[in-house]
Amino acid sequence: MNPLFRFIAELQDVSLLLWRSIISLRHGPRYFAETLRQMDMIGVGSLPIVLLTGFFTGGVLVLQTYPTLEYYSIQNESGRSVATSLIRELGPVLSALMVSGRIGSAISAELGSMVVSQQIEAMRALGTDPIRKLVVPRIAALILMLPLLTVAADIFGLIGGGIVANYIYSQDVQVFVESVRNGISTKDIVGGMIKPLFFGLIIGVVACHKGLSTRGGTVGVGRSVTNSVVTASIWVIIFDFFLAKALQYLLDIGRL
Amino acid sequence: MLANEGNSVLPLSDDVEFSDMEEAVDAPERIAPVIEFRDICLAFDEKVILDGISFSVRRGETKIILGRSGGGKSTIIRLILGLIKPDAGRILIDGEDITDYDEPELMQVRQKIGMVFQEGALFDSLPVYENVAYRLREQGTEEEEVDAEVRRMLRFVALEDAIDKMPNELSGGMRRRVGIARALVGDPEIVLFDEPTAGLDPPTARTICELAIKLRDLHDVSSIFVTHEMNNLRYLSSEYAVIDENGEVRFEKEGGRLCMINTEIMMLRDGKIGFQGKDEELMRSDDPYIRTFVHGK
Ligand SMILES: Nc1ncnc2c1ncn2[C@@H]1O[C@H](COP(=O)(O)OP(=O)(O)OP(=O)(O)O)[C@@H](O)[C@H]1O
Ligand SMILES: [Mg+2]
Repeated sequence: MNPLFRFIAELQDVSLLLWRSIISLRHGPRYFAETLRQMDMIGVGSLPIVLLTGFFTGGVLVLQTYPTLEYYSIQNESGRSVATSLIRELGPVLSALMVSGRIGSAISAELGSMVVSQQIEAMRALGTDPIRKLVVPRIAALILMLPLLTVAADIFGLIGGGIVANYIYSQDVQVFVESVRNGISTKDIVGGMIKPLFFGLIIGVVACHKGLSTRGGTVGVGRSVTNSVVTASIWVIIFDFFLAKALQYLLDIGRL
Repeated sequence: MLANEGNSVLPLSDDVEFSDMEEAVDAPERIAPVIEFRDICLAFDEKVILDGISFSVRRGETKIILGRSGGGKSTIIRLILGLIKPDAGRILIDGEDITDYDEPELMQVRQKIGMVFQEGALFDSLPVYENVAYRLREQGTEEEEVDAEVRRMLRFVALEDAIDKMPNELSGGMRRRVGIARALVGDPEIVLFDEPTAGLDPPTARTICELAIKLRDLHDVSSIFVTHEMNNLRYLSSEYAVIDENGEVRFEKEGGRLCMINTEIMMLRDGKIGFQGKDEELMRSDDPYIRTFVHGK
């Protein structure tokens, strides 16, 4: 099959899964307990890695930009530069990539092994819709938790940046905090929260789709996991560009 | 629902009164098939698995399916549940044509079917208790009732001790029995057994056959029983369950005088039905293919 055709077929399957998830919300059983469990796993479980990522990203941003800013004698604005890049871009994208690696892979592995061990069939045979029971709670949990994780990553990034500015470049904490506060607007924060909603959706739908379409035993599960992480990550990065453009237009952010 | 002895056996010789028995057998709801396949064809890729299969199973009847490994037995069972769709032909469950049903409609139909998977297919993230309770939980049954039912089912398959274990702590045979308990919870009117005794020791296999016989004769359950083992076939097609004066379940042999009409054998052969009939006919057949199946050579 040629790659373009395969891509379109895949896109169709993913959209179909998304559509079926959405219409299953209309009526019938909803699995709140399962959703809560997933939120706990996704949110609380991913917190450490997301915090670490945020912290060191913020730190390295200051570490790398401070000398340049100092050259132009605007080192007092270092807080602003970290804040904008973190909140607009790096916070959402890096959190999404970390979550895709940790949760997307876990979801597709779990669903994939349920497929190959006939548990999905058993579930259908027992009268439960796997989309309702497995897919919807996972996507919902990702959509709800990723923005929160992103905020946590942003905050830890700013802390990391502040620590580097203070300890390595001996900048006064007050100055750093002041410049952060000047640097970010409500719009930035809103924009930074909207992106992860979409990223959560992408990661969830792609991981569930890859998991449920697993073929060919344990080897197939491995393949699904890899595919799921790679596909979701690429889509996150591509979507980020278009979302950034859309947000620039809609919220009028991204300009100074 | 208890069926009397008359439903499960018909007398062969004249000295047995059978007018009332005929009546029971001829009642319309007994004649109408519970499962019906009409000319079902199915191919995976280029490979034809089922090629015009038609058969039906009446209420309280057990259909034993024999066939080569890879011959499409599990496929038939998955078709009944609507897990896969046929390429051509119609499938009727309880007179309802389910061939074109969508998932939500099939969910309704599946409520009355219990399925024992060949590989067990237990949910390995859930303990035994939750596995067995699965269907009741989905139906929103009260906790007390769930508990009582799960314990009753696990007692039925002699696995009460394993109630808190996880599936990966069980042996293959134990997993199979949990699978059986899970399928039987909620008293489905149709039960599909996919090689339920494969790899089990003879006494346990016998217990499972007794279970199937009890469901057939005492609970009026229609079932499909896929098996490779001649022992199972012999038990199922020559013994019947009755409740004696003390309320105990007893198994009796049909012997030479009776012929059970509620158990039929169907053999798949190259995607078609190679044989369909009673065990006596199967045993007497001198078709070489059938003889290799029955006698192993
Ligand atoms: N999803 C599928 N995709 C492609 N081929 C399949 C699929 N499921 C089953 N088959 C093929 O269909 C044939 C029948 O399979 P089925 O599982 O029904 O056999 P079976 O009679 O139950 O065998 P066994 O006694 O070994 O369990 C096999 O040749 C198998 O390769
Ligand atoms: Mg099989």
